[in-house]
Amino acid sequence: MTGQPPLTEDPWRLLRRFTDARIGLGRVGVSLPTRELLAFQQAHAEARDAVHLPLDVKALTAELAGIEGLPPAIALRSRAVDRDDYLRHPPKGGMLMSEDAESLRAEAPDLALVIADGLSSLAVQRNAVPFLQAVVPLLSDVRIARPVIVTQARVAVGDHVGALLRARAALVLIGERPGLSSPDSLGLYFTWMPEVGLKDARRNCISNVRPAGLDFARAASKTVYLFRQAQALNLSGVALKDRADHVGNLASSTRTFLSPPAP
Amino acid sequence: MSYRSTVGGHVFIFATLTEVMAKATPDRAGDRLAGVAARTARERAAAQTVLADLPLATFLTDALIPYDRDAVTRLIVDTHDAAAFATIAHLTVGDFRDWLLSDIATTPVLTAIRRGITPEMAAAVAKIMRNQDLILVAKKCHVTTAFRGTIGLPGRLSTRIQPNHPTDDVNGIAASILDGLMYAAGDAVIGINPATDNVAQASRLTHLMAEIIEQYAIPTQSCVLTHVTNTLECIEGGAPVDLVFQSIGGTEATNASFGFTLSDLAEAQDAALSLNRGHVGQNVMYFETGQGSALSAGAHHGLDQQTCEARAYAVARHFDPLLVNTVVGFIGPEYLFDGREIVRAGLEDHFCGKLLGLPMGCDVCYTNHADADQNDMDTLMTLLGVAGVTFIMGIPGADDIMLNYQTTSFHDALYLRRVLGVKPAPEFDDWLGRMGIMDSTDGFRLPGGVPVGFARSLARLQP
Repeated sequence: MTGQPPLTEDPWRLLRRFTDARIGLGRVGVSLPTRELLAFQQAHAEARDAVHLPLDVKALTAELAGIEGLPPAIALRSRAVDRDDYLRHPPKGGMLMSEDAESLRAEAPDLALVIADGLSSLAVQRNAVPFLQAVVPLLSDVRIARPVIVTQARVAVGDHVGALLRARAALVLIGERPGLSSPDSLGLYFTWMPEVGLKDARRNCISNVRPAGLDFARAASKTVYLFRQAQALNLSGVALKDRADHVGNLASSTRTFLSPPAP
Repeated sequence: MSYRSTVGGHVFIFATLTEVMAKATPDRAGDRLAGVAARTARERAAAQTVLADLPLATFLTDALIPYDRDAVTRLIVDTHDAAAFATIAHLTVGDFRDWLLSDIATTPVLTAIRRGITPEMAAAVAKIMRNQDLILVAKKCHVTTAFRGTIGLPGRLSTRIQPNHPTDDVNGIAASILDGLMYAAGDAVIGINPATDNVAQASRLTHLMAEIIEQYAIPTQSCVLTHVTNTLECIEGGAPVDLVFQSIGGTEATNASFGFTLSDLAEAQDAALSLNRGHVGQNVMYFETGQGSALSAGAHHGLDQQTCEARAYAVARHFDPLLVNTVVGFIGPEYLFDGREIVRAGLEDHFCGKLLGLPMGCDVCYTNHADADQNDMDTLMTLLGVAGVTFIMGIPGADDIMLNYQTTSFHDALYLRRVLGVKPAPEFDDWLGRMGIMDSTDGFRLPGGVPVGFARSLARLQP
């Protein structure tokens, strides 16, 4: 018996030039072709492994030392003792280990910088330093505290660090949950007047910082915008809306390849 | 008053109704994290026995979060329909399970008592129901809503196209929308999670989707999943907003952590209604929920996460939503640890939502730090399909490249159509037929090829 091949390819697969999304996969009947099934399994395996890869604190500290205008970093631990403890008990990741907390003094800087491994150490390892290289020169008038690296850490650890330092603002750089197409996505969380126990509505988030996502220059300019706005309004979070138009690749157009040709 | 029960010769005593509810809940990570879960299997069985013996009316007098301390409690109490409740007023929680499964509880009867059921009653009975019970009763609950298409009719399954892109690139988004449409998806909504929370961006994405929907006359609606106050600003700025989105929780404090109050929702609903953009209905709200959000915000008042979740449905119900989506596996393993817990929670949420009269969909999903995989998703989506779920997500290849998690794919929805015979919303189904994308009267075949209008767009791109 011969006849039609079981696999139907999608003629719009060429649209993959616009996106990393898994479009145009083709189908067998209405199901996923074997080649796509296997590609997915492989990506899932890589993302699963990224969650458990430990942050190389030594290498990161050395790289941070190369950034001009930044004091030497210090490495601290959260209260989660290992990855399993971290995954099951998020509050532990939001607080510093008591003895580690004692090493921070109330220096009252303008900005506390907290670098947290989060759910992807890969994101921090790859993207924290180039982001800081982009943002630090834009904040030359701002007194930045020595960067605090925290392992097994959640976003809220920035509140703890910020409060101990008595910082006016805290910026947390954290590894976001790894995706199949982006195991190295860095998240930035900005909080004005950080204090322990504050609500998420008081934070502003800049997501997906990585070369293939939001690039470092744009992430840096958004960060500076948030800092200046927070300074002016004396707040952060939902009430501090990002009205600035930083998203260069959108321009002002909503025209896409689907739009009718311009007359 | 305290509650007691004996299991295996051991007497278990529970100090409060809250404790009975929490300890009667099938085991899950979030309740263990909160320290409210039963410590042993016997303690759980004892709590379930106590719970089954409680009159439903208990929940009308014994508020789990006090009336004067919580706006959601006030909403639940103030909108309770005593006349609708009269039919089931004499039942205990255990009797209620029997009644729901019995032939007395037909679709019209279930519709008639809806407004007499509080979220706590729904949550309580769910705790003593097996998965098959949750499926069977949910299947009997029919909830229909409408905007440009009619959502939730029996024998139908709708899908959301979720065309997210990590930088909101307009062509990247349009590419995923086209992929979804060619795979017969998108009748529930085309809904974008924007990469950042920005009014200008939300407005632009709203225009982008409105232009595509108009150009191809697609009987569907769009939504940018941004904060309710952003959407309100978009509307004030003249953007063509179809649906207003908001993540909601089951306590006032959870919603405060999300940065909104019930009056914000009312204001946004009024604003969207004033645009009058629906063709066959005016349900203009799209809500998302998920077990664990209250605990995550430190706003659970000692309640278990399933009860908090059900209370969120009272918030949703008050604003006549087109769609409600429980994003069941998104929040992470500290709330739902593995595939087994995710499956159970998905079925509970769908059941409670439907029983309360909501157009309940489910984001059948997991993150890469949870102990779950595609097989678990196949199990949950199939069970929900059997239960008559209103809609599921549709995303290219199950991989959300912006939110970094896995949800159901366009292919997955077509699998459900074929095994269960469920069609898209009628208006959208007709459109698919006219466009030659899918014939739902012929085994859900996709003839292949690309409809003329879309083909022209592709042709302009050829290298």
